[in-house]
Formats: sequence, structure tokens, C-alpha cells
Amino acid sequence: MISTMECAADAQSLISISLMKIHNSRTQRGGIKLHKNLLVSYVLRNARQVYIKEKYAEIYRMQQYEEVMTVCNEIQELNPLDLDAEDAEDEEQAAAHARTSSAIFGCSPLDDGSKEPDPCYYRSCCMEPSPVPHCDQFTANSSSSSSSSHCNKTTVLDLDTHVVTTVENGYLHQDCCCCDALQCGQGARSPARKRKVEFSCCVSDVEDVSDFTAARKRAKREDCCYSNIDYTDTSNISNLISIFGSGFSGLLSRQADLEQICSKQVLASLGAWTRAIVAF
Amino acid sequence: MAGPGGDMQWCFSQVKGAIDDDVAEADIISTVEFNHTGELLATGDKGGRVVIFQQEIENKNLPQFRSEYNVYSTFQSHEPEFDYLKSLEIEEKINKIRWLPQKNAAQFLLSTNDKTIKLWKISERDKRPEGYNLKEEDGRYKDPNSITSLRVPVLIPMDLMVEASPRRVFANAHTYHINSISVNSDEETYLSADDLRINLWNLEITDRSFNIVDIKPANMEELTEVITAAEFHPHQCNTFVYSSSKGTIRLCDMRASALCDKQSKLFEEPEDPSNRSFFSEIISSISDVKFSHNGRYMMTRDYLSVKIWDLNMESRPVETYQVHEYLRSKLCSLYENDCIFDKFECCWNGNDSVVMTGSYNNFFRMFDRGQRRDVTLEASRENSKPMQVLKPRKVCAGGKRKKDEISVDSLDFNKKILHTAWHPQDNIIAVATTNNLYIFQDKVN
Repeated sequence: MISTMECAADAQSLISISLMKIHNSRTQRGGIKLHKNLLVSYVLRNARQVYIKEKYAEIYRMQQYEEVMTVCNEIQELNPLDLDAEDAEDEEQAAAHARTSSAIFGCSPLDDGSKEPDPCYYRSCCMEPSPVPHCDQFTANSSSSSSSSHCNKTTVLDLDTHVVTTVENGYLHQDCCCCDALQCGQGARSPARKRKVEFSCCVSDVEDVSDFTAARKRAKREDCCYSNIDYTDTSNISNLISIFGSGFSGLLSRQADLEQICSKQVLASLGAWTRAIVAF
Repeated sequence: MAGPGGDMQWCFSQVKGAIDDDVAEADIISTVEFNHTGELLATGDKGGRVVIFQQEIENKNLPQFRSEYNVYSTFQSHEPEFDYLKSLEIEEKINKIRWLPQKNAAQFLLSTNDKTIKLWKISERDKRPEGYNLKEEDGRYKDPNSITSLRVPVLIPMDLMVEASPRRVFANAHTYHINSISVNSDEETYLSADDLRINLWNLEITDRSFNIVDIKPANMEELTEVITAAEFHPHQCNTFVYSSSKGTIRLCDMRASALCDKQSKLFEEPEDPSNRSFFSEIISSISDVKFSHNGRYMMTRDYLSVKIWDLNMESRPVETYQVHEYLRSKLCSLYENDCIFDKFECCWNGNDSVVMTGSYNNFFRMFDRGQRRDVTLEASRENSKPMQVLKPRKVCAGGKRKKDEISVDSLDFNKKILHTAWHPQDNIIAVATTNNLYIFQDKVN
């Protein structure tokens, strides 16, 4: 499996470099070199898998936070002192929610201790005109009981419900079979299946930024809130793609298991430029 | 023959090519090949030229002085062309040269660029006719009225002239870039391979070729591998192999069917999952495949290693030699500067006991199969005094660098040895740096 030490930043730069190589090859003397471009496409595929894995993780974190915030808001709307009756139920809902989400994504970078969620996600969520003004209080409270550098929904949940919920690091990790498609281990099977439903959901945000072909099927997206996600890097890549001048139709739009993505996506990703090459 | 380790030492013999560091692109050597006797050594370059060196025979028997290779013939084999239909320029770079076994006084070789293969006849002329009745010495026709007598023209000696003339041009058979040519042991046919197809030719017939391998998928979007090299078996005229970008080698028998898409044998080593990286597919792509002279083994070169395969065992190679394993941690940088796409060749010595391949920093490596020894040598102008013994070099992969070792970060990746050739009988090797050809020979004690 590709080492988890190679972070999304490496993957992004590799994607950029690879696209530039493919672009430059079109003007090279002697015509497009099929062999070299095929090898570059493999690097592109590999980097893309790592990149998407990282994006999944970020989206998952974002989604988790949003869900928790929603639950918190609902709870806060009730009489804060009168939680006994609803607590258990809400707590169960939150837990179930979290369980589904974690199972769906199956992998979180949280197990990598050095990884921090992008602070801007957290900041943007907190700074938006929130229906729950006590979000800030929330934040303040949470920071006191957690490592302040970590904007971690786990901590938020602890403070809010005063109960240890199922959305804990430990729980997340349990369901975190490595979703690295290259491993394709047994453990990846069930999370992958659940991931299938959510996949196009996550893809949609990337499509917002790029001009790729839309996904054929869309799962329900109500749970996903991506408006604040910073996709600068994705836009850079999409700029490069538009410079390259041909779409990678299907590169990000197929709804499939991640293992299927390995095969189908790499094939789909070759589509645009191989069509050009076929002409030769 | 002794091995490359302590028993044998290699000495500088000659260097051919320009001295200055400013390398003209046309002078970059793109292929090197000895003929079947080793008397002739051909090089091709990016400018489409072929230069043939000939070994001086006279001094060959003197123990302390090995014969030198001197320029025998130079000719322009291929010119740049333009495909108007596809708006593509076709490079004149010579991708491969292959000698035909000698049948008469003349020598024949095949040279190919990306699209066209040519058969060249190299012949000597050391006599010229003199005494024509109707022509002057300079070729002008005489006034018939001035002719008063008849004489028989005679052949008189002249300075040796080597002529190269194109005898056959095999064109328009390859859609993709030709990467290999290989002459069959039947001495009548040869194959040419491009990225997706292999064609079989008769040396006499230029307007037809048989397609014997076609791996082009119906839908190009499903393309997953290309052909990287192909070669005929040295003795079995029905057998050939081709390697792929996925690290597999297929052995095909032309007797089985006309189209050899279904291989007779598939040689493949499972990938080590612990070595997986972004670049696994690139470094497993085979850049060269060569049969041993005895026909029992074949050697493949991928980016980091050389593998020897027994033709009777498909599951894994019988020997694997790491050429420059210290580069494994540098693959990302090598990808950025395109070095990871370099296609290194490899070669056997005359009795298949030693294999050789090139590396960076003008280093080349030899692996003695029998003695399990390997050595790294350098082709450089600094070590080019006559008969100077080459000192083994060592690359320091990490930790404290010892004296005389060179660290990985100091390697010059612009100085690469992609093409090497070994004399078929003697311990004489030709090593091509970017634009120079070095000839080394073993030290005669």
C-alpha cells in the first residue's frame, strides 16, 4: 500500500506534475509517446487515490462536525435543564448518525496523530451566522478540555451531551479499515460497500469547482454540507486540467466501490488523452 | 574468461566523440551494437547518423597491445520527416541497429527510427576501373571523332573506400513508435516492434509484413500496457519474446498460430507489496530484454534492477541484481526531472557469465553470475589515459560517506549510460555516455 506518510499535498503536487507532463507531451517532437503517457497516467491514478482518500477524510470530518452541530443545536433548542427525557434518544441518534458516517467513510486521518483537521473548516463553521449562538461558548468549552490545537468534534460532543458518545476517536478507528484501494484487503470490503452510497455525494463538491461531467447517480446529499470547504487545491488541479484542454470524464464521476474505481477510473481517466493518441 | 571482480580489471582503451561539455543534441548516442564477429562496432545517434568503427586486425595478436577501433564508415541513415496527415514530425533518431550475419564480402545492418526500418549494405571498394574508351578520366564523354583506338579498361588499386547504400526501406507498417528490431536466426526474416504491435518481415520484401502480435484494445480507453522490447530466440527461429510496461515477458511460438496474441509462456514476478509507491508501475516497466547467447536464459532490465530468467521457469527470475537500489527513495525527484523514464539497456558477455548495464553519473555495472560479484565502474575523461585501469566506484546510500565514495545526492543524473555492448568473443566493451563512446578492454597481464 502506498505509505500513509505520503500526504495529500504530495498527491496534489504529483497530480499537477503529471498533468503538466501530459500537456507538454502533446507538443514534443516526434509526437505523443504512448508508453510514457501511460506510465504518467498510472502515477496520476495513484496520486488521485491518495488525494481522494484525504478529501474523504476531510469531508467526513466536516460532515461529522456538521451533524454534531445539528444535534447540538437541536438539543440546545430544548430547555437545557430538561434533557433527561430526550437525552437518551438524541444521544442514540447522534451515535447512530456517527456510526453510519464512520462506517461509510471507513477511514479517518485522525488515527494519524500528527494530522490536524484543517482549522479553517472549524473556523468557518463557527464564524458563520449560526442559529446557535452558543457555538462560541461551545468552542471555548471544548478548547479547555481538549488539546487546543485540535478542532475535534469528539471534544465537542463530550461537552455538549456530557456523555461519552460513540463518536470517539477509538470508535472511529475501529471502523477505520484502511480504505486504501491499493491494499484492497478484506477489511475494506464492508466499508467500501457503504461508501458506495456516499461517494457521489462527496464528488459533487469537487464538481462544483471543476467542469467535469456530472455523476450519473446522486445519493441523498442532505447530510452533506460542503459550502465552506476550501477547494483551492482542487481548483488548481481543475485549472491545470482545463489548460490541458480535455476532460477526464469519469475521472471523478463514477459511482462505484473504491476497488472498482481503481480499475474503472484509471481506464476512464485515460479516456481523454488516449482518444487523442488513437488518432496517431 | 574471468569475472569482473578481483580476477579481472578493466582498462581504458579509447574514447570517441567530441570533448567539449556542450553537447549537441544530434550527437547524442542512441544505440550501440557489435557485429557477430566483433570486428565492427556501430553507433546510431539522435541526428539519424550511423558511425561504424572497425577493429584493426594487424595488432590483434600482440599481447600487450589490443587492437583499436577506428572509424570505418559514416552515413546519414534517417532524415527527419513530417507526417502531413497527422501533423506529426517523425524524429530521425536511430532507435536500434542490428547487424545481419555476414554472407559475402559486404556487411549488412538494419537501422530504424520511430517509423521506418532500412537495410544498409556496407561494402568496400579498393579498385577502380581505368581506361574507358568513351569517357575521360573525369567522366566527361569524349568526342567520338577523336577516338582512334580501342582498349580494354583495367582495374587499378585505389585507396580503400567504404560505401554505405540503402538496399531496402521498410516503411508504413507501424502506427506507433518502433522500439525494437531483431533478426531471426533463419537469416531471412526479422521482426519490428512498436508500442502495440509486432510485425514480421522478409528481408527481401518491403511492401508487405505480417502482423504477429497485436495488443491494441478495441477501445483505447482500456489500454493498460504497451510493448517495450522484443527479440527473436538466438537459435529457435519460431520463438520470440516481448516485454511489456507492466513488467511481464511473453514468449511466443510462431508455429502455434499466425497471430501470436496468446503467449506460450508468461514470465512474471509478483510485486512486493511492501515496496508499493506512486511509481510502482513505472519502475516495473521493462526497458530491455535480451536472450543469452546459449538461448537458455533471458535478461530483463527495469528501472532499478536486472533479472535473469530461466526460460523453463515462468514464476520468477532465477537471479535478480540491484543496479542502483539507492534511487528507490528518490523516485519522486526522478519523476519530476523525467529520469525515471530513462530506458536502460543490458547485455551479456560472450559466454553468458557476466551481464552489464548502465546507470547514472556515467557509472556502469557488471554482475558476475557465477562468482556472485558485482562492480561499478565509471566512464569519464578523467580516467582516460591509455591502458589506465578503472577503479571500482561505490555509491554511499546513507550514513557516513567513506573516502572515495560518492553520495547519492552528488550523482549527476544528466550523465547517464543507457547503451552498452559487449564484444561477442573478447572482453571488450563499448559504453556510450551522452555523446561519447568509450571502449574498455580487460587488462592483459
